[in-house]
Amino acid sequence: MGKPENNVIQQQSDQTLGKRRSLLSIIVAKFMQNKLAVFGLFTLAIIITACVLAPWIAPHDPNFQNLRNRLAPPGPEFWLGTDHLGRDLFSRLLHGGQVSLTVGFVAMLGAVSIGTTIGAIAGFFGGRVDAFLMRLVDVIISFPNIFLLITLVAVLEPSMEILILVFALLSWTGTSRLVRGEFLTLKNREFVLAARTIGMSNTRIIFGQILPSAMGPVIVAATLAVGGFILAESTLSFLGLGIQPPRASWGNMLTYSQSVTIFRTAVWYPTFPGLMILITVLCFNFIGDGLRDALDPRVVEK
Amino acid sequence: MTTYIIRRLIMMIPILIGISILSFAIMYAAPGKPTVLNLDPDISVEDRERQMERLGLNDPAHIQYLRWMGNVLQGDLGNSFTRKQPVTQLIMDRLPNTIILMVVSTFLAVIIAIPFGVLSATRQYSKLDYGVTFTSFIGLATPNFWLGLMLIMVFSVQLGWTPVGGVSTLGSEFNLLDRIHHIILPAFVLATADMAGLTRYTRSSMLEVINQDYIRTARAKGFRERTVVYKHGLRNGLIPIITIFGLMLPTFIGGSVVVETLFSWPGIGKLFIDATFERDYPVIMAITMFAAVLTVIGNLIADILYAIMDPRIEY
Repeated sequence: MGKPENNVIQQQSDQTLGKRRSLLSIIVAKFMQNKLAVFGLFTLAIIITACVLAPWIAPHDPNFQNLRNRLAPPGPEFWLGTDHLGRDLFSRLLHGGQVSLTVGFVAMLGAVSIGTTIGAIAGFFGGRVDAFLMRLVDVIISFPNIFLLITLVAVLEPSMEILILVFALLSWTGTSRLVRGEFLTLKNREFVLAARTIGMSNTRIIFGQILPSAMGPVIVAATLAVGGFILAESTLSFLGLGIQPPRASWGNMLTYSQSVTIFRTAVWYPTFPGLMILITVLCFNFIGDGLRDALDPRVVEK
Repeated sequence: MTTYIIRRLIMMIPILIGISILSFAIMYAAPGKPTVLNLDPDISVEDRERQMERLGLNDPAHIQYLRWMGNVLQGDLGNSFTRKQPVTQLIMDRLPNTIILMVVSTFLAVIIAIPFGVLSATRQYSKLDYGVTFTSFIGLATPNFWLGLMLIMVFSVQLGWTPVGGVSTLGSEFNLLDRIHHIILPAFVLATADMAGLTRYTRSSMLEVINQDYIRTARAKGFRERTVVYKHGLRNGLIPIITIFGLMLPTFIGGSVVVETLFSWPGIGKLFIDATFERDYPVIMAITMFAAVLTVIGNLIADILYAIMDPRIEY
């Protein structure tokens, strides 16, 4: 750290940090102007808190079956009613939310990490590496996701871990294209040239210099991706190819609600889990849209 | 143009080879060596070994892949494990049902989404525009299968207006009204998979057109607003939308898995799910390949249409 060059960098990054702080406050201000995005953030915060605290705030054991309370309507004892085995829907929704949200977030982290790394490598090095990686992306994108998902999950035996793994391994392509595009434009800018001139290693240039500037679109895509994964998880679990009962997830709670008797007499049972999915995904989409406007320098504050 | 199409077709080859290798790899790595399931569990180890040898399952992976690929290219997708029928025939039997469903869904998506997209563009920032935008947001966040469940609950069970599932009333003669009665709900649910996207796409495309100079010229000439919007605007605004049809193909093929299962619609999607639970690998792989090929073709059609429509695209 004693070398003069390093001090220069240190100073520079201090400056950019100072700038970034004001940039951050601009972004926050722009985001707060978007009412739907703020609403989404607020609602989502409530949902996540409730699901995380499920073991303490859920009024009943989510897996406790009591056939005397089968399909009990919503009331003071069971706030959102019970399912076909007499289990409390509200408690199951909170516990199921833990599963659905975990799948959404962890799969997103996996997909974004893979996509960012591959996109960065492709965009930074270009040439044959880029050509090879992008053809790989073409192949994976050409697969109708749901077929490959179902095949893989079926071959590997469905579980939460497998779902996350398969989602992450199949869904990084969008992010990688995005990051590659950002890298192609950013890698010839002066600040990268400067970093190269002072002998910075490729790894440090990629992750320390270019990547922070390319993160905006990635954050937006990542937010929307969580919602997408929650939808995918619920669909697979509903079909019986995702989270396996008795463990609750918002998707598999709907599997056994498909019966004429329930449709006729217990409307709440198929309704609430679906509403939870809808509201949660909607929140992620609102937040993603708000972030897109907030992070886009071309959108000016009104 | 011809060279562009040929070049795009050649570019498809490595993608298709990649897809086939991936498909084969999954089948090859599947636990419990697929074809063994087909054998009698009571046979001796020697007999099983002989069977494996005869079926070529002891050959190295790349030889097996080449043999499989050779058969696929000749239209031979193997035999189903559980149904003792050639896979090709199983698919061909169910394909018409899926195609009908997809055609009706496309029709519904178009007649609902495009008018709303156009109206929401011509009345930008009106209540209708906000309503349409908000509904698309909801549509994008609604799980397709749950929408189906809710519609079955309301229309089939509580109101009793539509049948719960199937293609037609069992044992009845062909009857167009009966068919329409059966297809309306599944087709609508499948259509919603793309409706929100199509509406938003139409809206932004129309907005772009409406702000062009030739629209102002048309207005300046004194044409009625309706003529301006629908004759001068819509024609140009619809051009980019046509390309989206190529991209709808994969969405619908994927969506058919859920919708057909939900409505017991005997098509390819239902066959796929049934095969998954029966671990009927030849059927699973064949449908995955089939869907992948359709996706690639859909993308190709979209690109080609785009190139034809927009003279600024270089080929």
